[in-house]
Amino acid sequence: MSDEILLKVTDLRARIDEKEILKGINLTVRPGEVHAIMGPNGSGKSTLSSVLAGNPAFTVTGGSVEFHGIDLLGLSPEDRSHEGLFLSFQYPVEIPGVSMVNFMRAAVNAKREYFNEPPLSAGDFLKLMRQKRAIVELDNKLASRSVNEGFSGGEKKRNEIFQMAVLEPRLAILDETDSGLDIDALRVVAGGVNQLKTSSNATIVITHYQRLLDYIRPDFVHVLYKGRIVRTGGPELALELEEKGYDWLKD
Amino acid sequence: MNNALTQYTDLYRENRQAIDNGSAAPLNALRPKALEALEAARRLPVKGDEGFEKTSVNDMFSLDFGVNISRVGIPADIASSFRCGVPNLSTLMGIVVNDRFTPTSTLVSNLPAGVSMCSLREAAEKHPQLIAGHYGSAADLSKPGTALNTLLAQDGVFIHISRGTHLEKALQLVSIMAAPTPMASFRRILIVADEDSAISVLKCDHTQVRSAQCLSSEVIEIIARRGARVEFYDIEESNSDTSRYCQVYVRQHEGAEVNICGSTLTNGVTRNEYNIDITGPHTRTRLSGMAIGAGTQHIDNCSDLRHAACHGHSEQTFKYVLDDESTGAFGGSIEVCHGARFVEAFQSNRNIIASAGAKMHTKPQLLIYNDDVKCSHGATTGQLDAKALFYMQTRGIPLAEARRMLMQAFMADVISAIDLEPLRDRLRHMVERRFDGCEAGCRECLSSKQDAN
Repeated sequence: MSDEILLKVTDLRARIDEKEILKGINLTVRPGEVHAIMGPNGSGKSTLSSVLAGNPAFTVTGGSVEFHGIDLLGLSPEDRSHEGLFLSFQYPVEIPGVSMVNFMRAAVNAKREYFNEPPLSAGDFLKLMRQKRAIVELDNKLASRSVNEGFSGGEKKRNEIFQMAVLEPRLAILDETDSGLDIDALRVVAGGVNQLKTSSNATIVITHYQRLLDYIRPDFVHVLYKGRIVRTGGPELALELEEKGYDWLKD
Repeated sequence: MNNALTQYTDLYRENRQAIDNGSAAPLNALRPKALEALEAARRLPVKGDEGFEKTSVNDMFSLDFGVNISRVGIPADIASSFRCGVPNLSTLMGIVVNDRFTPTSTLVSNLPAGVSMCSLREAAEKHPQLIAGHYGSAADLSKPGTALNTLLAQDGVFIHISRGTHLEKALQLVSIMAAPTPMASFRRILIVADEDSAISVLKCDHTQVRSAQCLSSEVIEIIARRGARVEFYDIEESNSDTSRYCQVYVRQHEGAEVNICGSTLTNGVTRNEYNIDITGPHTRTRLSGMAIGAGTQHIDNCSDLRHAACHGHSEQTFKYVLDDESTGAFGGSIEVCHGARFVEAFQSNRNIIASAGAKMHTKPQLLIYNDDVKCSHGATTGQLDAKALFYMQTRGIPLAEARRMLMQAFMADVISAIDLEPLRDRLRHMVERRFDGCEAGCRECLSSKQDAN
C-alpha cells in the first residue's frame, strides 16, 4: 500500500433518463488495494462501474473522478481503457461476426497506438494471446469464434479476465464476475485475478455475495445503498453482511 | 412529368437501320416486339408505381443521354485504372467497355473446350441457333426497362458452357463505363449452361473516373439447364455520376443449382432486379445481396422468385448498411405456384441505418398458392448495437473503428454465401476498405499479371 492515490471519486452523482441513481459517491483507491462494493439490488453498484467506464447511457450530474491525476470523466471510454481502467462486464456482450482474435488485436494495437508504439507483429501477438490464455485456462478454440458468441457463462467470465490479463489495467472493476459461475469456474476466475494482482494495480470487486471474497480477499468493503456508500469496513464487514443481510444498514 | 421513354423510342424510329446494322440478326429480330411493348406501356416506371416505391426509372433515363448507335470506339484507360484481379483466383477475363466486349490476350487460348465467352455479335455468327434459341427467352418484355433494353441493345456478352463441362477457373467480366459526354449504354449478357455443366462468372462494374454522367441499362439472362450449376457474382464499384438499371432473369430447369450474389459498394443510383423462374423440380437457389451506402447513394434491389415446380429450395439474404444521406430499398417476393409442393423458400432482409439522414424502405412479400411448403420471410432495420460498441470501447477500440468492425461483421454472411473462396477473401477486404472510407477500388490489383489488351 502506498500514499499514492490511484482513483479518487468525489461526490459523484449520475442519472439515467430522469432517474438519479448515484447520489454522491466518495471512494479512494490506492495502488495494491482490493475494494469490495456490496449492496442490495438496485443500490447503484453496476451504475457506478458503468459511469466509471464511460457508458454513454448514463449522465454524470455532479462530482469528479481523478484517475492517477487525470480527469477520468473527460475521457472517452477507449481512452479510459488506454489509461488503465478495465471493466469486467456482468453480462459480457456477444458480437457476432467479430472474431476474438480480431477483437483482441484491435484492442491491443489501439492501446499501442495511443502510446505511440508500433502495432504488434503477428508472431508477438499470438505469443501474447497464448501466455494470457493460460492464466484463466481459456480454450484455444474460442479464439477463432466470434466474441462471446455461444460461450457458456463460465467461458464468458474467463474471457473477461483473459482480456484483463492482456490489457494489464491499473484499475480493474469486476462487476458481479461471480454471477453465473459454478464453484470450479469461480476458482479459476478468482485465481486469474489474484495472479494479475501487483503492488501497483488495484481491483474493485462488485458482488452480492461473500463467496467471491473468500477467493479474492478485499482490504476494504463498502456497502452501497440508494446511491451512497453507507458503510465502509474491513473484510469482516462482508461476513457480517452475509450473516445479517442488508436490512440493519437501511436506516 | 417528362416522359423519358420518348427520346429513346424516337431515337429508334429515326435510326432503325443504323441500329440493326451495328448489331446482329437475333437481336434485331426482337426489336419490333420490344417497341410494341413500349408503346403499350407508354412510359417507364416512376416512383410510387407498384414495385418502384422509392426509385424512378423514368428519372434515371430522363437526362439527354447520347447512345453510341454508330458504334464509335470509345477509348477506356483499362491498363491504368481498372485491371481488376482477384488474387489467387486466376480468372479467364474479358473486358466490356460500355457494351463492347474485348477478350484479354490470353482468354481465347485458355478457354477450355466446351466453353465460349465472346461478344454477342460474334456468337450470333458462330452459333446462330444457340443465340436465336436463347436470346430473349427468359427476359420479360412486359417490363418496360427490359423492353427498352431489347429495343436498343446492339451487343454484349455471350457465355456458353456445353453439356457435362465443369469449368474450374472462374470467368470474369470487367465492365467499364466510359463516356466523354453523358451517355447511355444498353448491354446484354446471355449465359447458357447446358445439362450437368458447372460455371462461375464474376462481373465487376466500374465507371471510368473522368467520365461524364452515364447510364447503364443491362439485361442479363441466365439459363441453367437440367443439372447445371451456375454461380454469378456481380460487384458494382461505380461512381456518383452513374445510374445503373440491371435486370437479371434466371431460368432454372430440373436439378439446377444457381448461386447469385450482387454487391453494391459504390454507386450513384442503382436498381437491380432479380427475376428467378424455377421451372424444374429439385432445384437449389441462393440469392444474396449487399449494399453499402454513403453520401447520397441510392440502392434498390428487387427480387422476384417464382417456384413453379416441386422440391425447390431457395434462400435469399439481402443486407444494407446505409450511412450519411444514402437511401436503400428492397422489395422481395416469393411466389409458390399451384402444384409446386414441398418447396422451401426463405428470405431475409436486414438493414443497419448508421446515420440520422439515411433511409431504408423494405417490402418483403410471400405468395403461396399451395400446401406442403416451408416458407419464411423477415425484415429488420435498426442501428448498430450500442452495447457492443460500448463493450468494444471499454477494451480500447476507438468508436469509429468499433463501428467499422460491426458493419463489416454484419456483412459476413452475405460474403460467406460466395462459393469462390478467393473471391470471398477479396470481397471481405474490399468491404473492409469501403468501410474505412477508401474507395474499394481495384486499383491495387494493378500488379495483376493479366494483360488487358
